[in-house]
Amino acid sequence: MSKAMRDLVEVHPFMTSMNEESIELVSGCARNAVFAPGSLLCAEGGDADTFYLLRRGQVSISVHIPGRGSVVIETVGAGDVVGWSWLVPPYRWTFDARAMDDVGCIAIDGACLRVKALTDPSLGFALLSKVSVTLLERLQATRMRLLDLYGDHRVQ
Amino acid sequence: MGPTLRDGAIVPGPVNSSKDLPRGVHDLQSPGSYRVMREDDGEIFGWAVGPGSWKNEYFPPSQVMWRSEIVGDTLVFRQPDRSHALLAIVGARPCDVAALRILDHVLEEGVHRDSRYSERRDSNFIAVVECASPADTCFCASMKSGPGIDEDFDVALTELNDELGHRFIARIGSPRGADVLSSVSTRPANELDLEARALLLETASRAMSRSLPFDEVANLLARNVEHPRWLDVAERCLSCGNCTSVCPTCFCSDVHDTTDTSGAIERRRTWSSCFDLEHSYLHGGSVHESSSSRYRQWMTHKLSTWWDQFDSTGCVGCGRCIVWCPVGIDITEEVAAIAAHDQARVAVPSRPGAS
Amino acid sequence: MSSDRTLSMRPSSVAPRGNLNDLTPIVHRVVERIGETNDITTLVLEPLDAPSMTFRCGQFNMLSAFGVGEIAISMSSAPGEGTLRHSIRDVGAVSHALCQSRVGDLVGVRGPFGSDWLVESASVEADLDPRDTIVVAGGIGLAPLRGAVEELVRANERGGGRVFVLVGAREPSQIVFRADLDSWRARGAKVSLTVDLATPEWDGRVGLVTTLLADAGFDATNSRAMLCGPEVMMRFTARALVDLGMDPEGILVSLERNMQCGVGWCGHCQLGPFLLCRDGPVVPYAGLVSQLLTQRER
Repeated sequence: MSKAMRDLVEVHPFMTSMNEESIELVSGCARNAVFAPGSLLCAEGGDADTFYLLRRGQVSISVHIPGRGSVVIETVGAGDVVGWSWLVPPYRWTFDARAMDDVGCIAIDGACLRVKALTDPSLGFALLSKVSVTLLERLQATRMRLLDLYGDHRVQ
Repeated sequence: MGPTLRDGAIVPGPVNSSKDLPRGVHDLQSPGSYRVMREDDGEIFGWAVGPGSWKNEYFPPSQVMWRSEIVGDTLVFRQPDRSHALLAIVGARPCDVAALRILDHVLEEGVHRDSRYSERRDSNFIAVVECASPADTCFCASMKSGPGIDEDFDVALTELNDELGHRFIARIGSPRGADVLSSVSTRPANELDLEARALLLETASRAMSRSLPFDEVANLLARNVEHPRWLDVAERCLSCGNCTSVCPTCFCSDVHDTTDTSGAIERRRTWSSCFDLEHSYLHGGSVHESSSSRYRQWMTHKLSTWWDQFDSTGCVGCGRCIVWCPVGIDITEEVAAIAAHDQARVAVPSRPGAS
Repeated sequence: MSSDRTLSMRPSSVAPRGNLNDLTPIVHRVVERIGETNDITTLVLEPLDAPSMTFRCGQFNMLSAFGVGEIAISMSSAPGEGTLRHSIRDVGAVSHALCQSRVGDLVGVRGPFGSDWLVESASVEADLDPRDTIVVAGGIGLAPLRGAVEELVRANERGGGRVFVLVGAREPSQIVFRADLDSWRARGAKVSLTVDLATPEWDGRVGLVTTLLADAGFDATNSRAMLCGPEVMMRFTARALVDLGMDPEGILVSLERNMQCGVGWCGHCQLGPFLLCRDGPVVPYAGLVSQLLTQRER
């Protein structure tokens, strides 16, 4: 692991408040990755072997619907993460994640991270805590969108 | 105008002479109940307020704001004729006068002055009569609006009927009041008269079994917006709006336009009630949907947020809302029930009403 | 109101001046009508026989569709723009009649009423507010903010604080004032858009408007915010801004309740201690307001 990679990992918002040891361990599974506009970070049904920390650019989370094409459910950007299917069996992607522009990210090997989390419970807890925060934010935003706030709610 | 007996109740009506006043008429009032009785005592003001308040004379239940019509290609607006007879009231109660002072804050002392209300108010003559016969439902003493009165009148009368005879003490509150009294035969009040008045007011105050904690109720309700009692009262409240109709300070109104085939338009202001579902309608639905939310809106407005909005209480303690509620909901009892289990969960900024 | 009636009421001469005290509107003529979305229409109005109205950004007027009724609508133009605009969403009888009106039709106007966004047009550069301003709008909520953003962008061009405009809408076709958004962007504002439901041609962001806050790039500790949109959206956005370090006193929200008079007499627009026609519609999201917005009414 290069010092440069460790520095990149450390400054990503996802790693905020993680201890030195955890940052070290996560960095050991990380590599730099770039995606050209339109390319897939992951594809529905594929093996979920990677966890992405986005550094720049926007990524769309979408699903392919026959007749409607690729329907974007949500977009995420710099500072966000993509993918948590690497964390839970059967480790399979549920949605497509596609680069909307030039995307730079830290790609973390999911299998590598799982092994380290299992052998170091404090890292495991820290990771799950951070993932939970992200999940909660996304869930709350999704719930808000379910309210269809801007929609027409006339009684008649 | 003055108090008149009509349909078994004392209500404001036209008075041409003292014969039109309700001599010998008394009342029996309790939550959800009102009866008049006759006695041979010759007293003219031996009753407590009935369902009608003087609000109607200043702020009528339905009032035309303007009419417009098409004249040629022009839209022309006309104001209805407002040159009606001057209003003189004989026999308003101190709580009625206090209610008008509260309406003054709302309709003529705010950013915008309601000229209809003001014109009527500016020209009125009020002979107030202090209260010797509070009903079982009265609590004006605790709301500082009765049974006596010291200002805001042209003439103040106190009816005395004791071993020294049936007579009135009159006090002058304005030059017009002095003019009117100069045409009546009077003698200076003596010490016995004044003692009798003091005793009468003290007895009336003490006779009131109901009360509200004037200095505390605003904050009490502000910190008990969530309280099980709101659900309890909602079980009884019919949302009929009687309380808002008889309340001498309730001022909510709707504004609506009607039109005819010629294109003429009439804009009318009519009383409305916060117990109506439509009162809080916002495209899509009503904000105050449940009975509990509407009752809470009404009562917290009267006793708490009125202070924030108009720097006074919105309740004068006349008790009409208690008497004319078909199920006898008693505002003093509701406040007491909330006070008994003060939730005090939320700290709120102190209201001007709390000293 | 049928458009026939509106046409029949079109005068050639001049109607008498109104009187606020009598709830009498001042007659205006529709001089331009802009369809913003499938249900939002902007009317540009001119008085027939009265001086143009002076108002502040965020205030509202009572608009009459003659013969139908009257509703409260915020101005969507800037005071310095020289036109009086209202952008109206077709949601009820009166708003429908207003949205259906044509150029030349008559509309009644009473106002201006209420509080404003506190956007001052500074006369000297030194008086310009140096703080960043974050404007967050949901759907039609951009309308009451349009004038304020225009003034803020102008101030920024003269050295005032930066302007961030974050807009959320149900779907791309519901985003109003596209030309203004482009213009503000070209003049230095940071404009971000997001939608709840993406359509195939939409290549922008998809998600809740609060997701635009994270990477907008403002300094929350030295900034103010102006929010307008569905009440739930404003609540969540205000909380997110406070979490980012913004002073709740610096967060303004525009609230809406039933309004029948605009002048403090009718009692319909109460929200706790507020009469929103008088004390609102723009109020600081601090203390009491944040509590009132979560008060259960059922």
